[in-house]
Amino acid sequence: MTAEHLPAVDGSSGTSEVAGDPFHARLMKVQMGPSHPATHGTVQFTLTLDGETVVDADVKIGYLHRGFEKMAEVCTYNQVLPYTDRLNYVSPLCNNVGYAMAVEKALGIEVTPRCQWIRMIISELSRISDHLTCLGAGALELGGFTPFLYAIQGREEIWQVCEEVTGARLTHSYTRVGGLRRDLPKGFEGLYAHAKSEVNRLLVDVDKLLTRNRIFYDRMADVGAISIEDALDYGWTGPCLRSTGSDYDVRTHMPYMFYDQVDFDVPVGTTGDNYDRYLCRLEEIRQSFRIVDQCLEMMEPGPVDVDDWTVVLPPKEDVYNSIEGMIAHFKNIMEGVKVPAGEVYSYTEAGNGELGFYLVSDGSGRPWRVKVRPPCFAAMQALRPLVVGGLLADIIPTFDTINMIGGEIDR
Amino acid sequence: MSEAVVAAIVERFPDAVVSTHSWRGDDTVVVERGALVEIGTYLKHDPEMDFKLPVDVCGVDYLGKREPRFEVVYHFASITQRHRIRLKVQVEEDPSECWVPTLTGVWRGVNWFEREVWDMYGVRFEGHPKLERILLYEEFEGHALRKDYPQRAYQPLMPMPTLPRER
Repeated sequence: MTAEHLPAVDGSSGTSEVAGDPFHARLMKVQMGPSHPATHGTVQFTLTLDGETVVDADVKIGYLHRGFEKMAEVCTYNQVLPYTDRLNYVSPLCNNVGYAMAVEKALGIEVTPRCQWIRMIISELSRISDHLTCLGAGALELGGFTPFLYAIQGREEIWQVCEEVTGARLTHSYTRVGGLRRDLPKGFEGLYAHAKSEVNRLLVDVDKLLTRNRIFYDRMADVGAISIEDALDYGWTGPCLRSTGSDYDVRTHMPYMFYDQVDFDVPVGTTGDNYDRYLCRLEEIRQSFRIVDQCLEMMEPGPVDVDDWTVVLPPKEDVYNSIEGMIAHFKNIMEGVKVPAGEVYSYTEAGNGELGFYLVSDGSGRPWRVKVRPPCFAAMQALRPLVVGGLLADIIPTFDTINMIGGEIDR
Repeated sequence: MSEAVVAAIVERFPDAVVSTHSWRGDDTVVVERGALVEIGTYLKHDPEMDFKLPVDVCGVDYLGKREPRFEVVYHFASITQRHRIRLKVQVEEDPSECWVPTLTGVWRGVNWFEREVWDMYGVRFEGHPKLERILLYEEFEGHALRKDYPQRAYQPLMPMPTLPRER
């Protein structure tokens, strides 16, 4: 941090030397970030401090802006998909699913039941890795290095499964418009069962190390509290909103895929402080495992792609052996999936809350406009009221439990 | 989304509604910008509407497709009523007319979203408390998501800012 003494903002001249200011009554301006070891994510706070109390905070985002929406306008619909991996890079599969669903809504098609079950499974696995990262990083930034390692090891187990399924550890690009890259690999149940038992074992350790830890509790409880009305007014969704007591979850309020057929609980908090946000995420990990268990039980074998070559690529044997298959493949790759002209807003529950895609199509194979509604963008604008009046050190846990993801907020 | 919401807006603000349409289950009302704040207040505070959640604000550039050139698109959701609505305001390209009234007085959560529309499209939000660029930097020239802004454009280099030193 670089400190810079500024004139006092209380109306006095503020030119007094330090000697004439024995009580250090002047306000101090402190730059925190954009690259600060205690904040994960590139974000800049310009803080005005009165001693250790935050008087004002200016939050500046945009350091990870990559022009996702501009690039999407020159890509075909399927070419946009790899970019969505980089939005929320701790739960890329949620973004893949959300984007594919948006295009399918504009196309007016419904994907096969097996595809929907698999999409639910991978979304929940992604949510678990998202929450584990958030919990672990939060502990780390408060000085708890051990729970961080446990949580990251748990995430590693999940990523092993994702790697087997998609072939990539981080940038999965697993969904396609109208289907999936491929079916689940053989032996997926065994892999998942192993990861689940490992994560559950580690989660018990994390839980025991943190939840009733005096230091952790005192740092988290009653810090960064927000009321349910304020949270809604700021556009909060996801675990952050549920920690205030609202039960709004896209999966239960506007069920998509087969979320209305599985049985799971939506954990809600009471006070909306950091501790509640922590507890909500902890419980959501367990609920996600419940959902995946049920999905594996209920899903049945079948195709994962829709039976329409104008949307999905034909099988390779058709591409090489029939003229229809080759033309369909060529048109799909070169021109893209033709989406009828119109506009849709499609939303799913991602790791951080409601992830929306607003698509405008002009009838060609490339989107006219893709707008992402990142959940933490709305949450971050409430950071200023949450930290003003508190202590400087309390910015760290509040910033963590809001779980800003640079790739998602800056796009 | 809900057709009842569209009907209620049309009934209550007949002069302000330009057009309505529904596609793929999304209901849209195109409104005059003069009545935007009034409609927003009604949507948020009327118990039957109860749109407490501001979901999204974004701009769209229809250069060469239709007149007027820009649209500002609002999405709102009601958690209690479980319905959604999309409002759209059409905006002229002419810089003196390229504005819409801000809704920050109704929902605090549209603040950053409106800043992003200003940043990317150059649509001003009259009355916004802090209308500054948000994803790009202050020295950026032009508005990046306008269709006439090239995909690969170079921005002029700017001098390194010098930080004031501590005395």
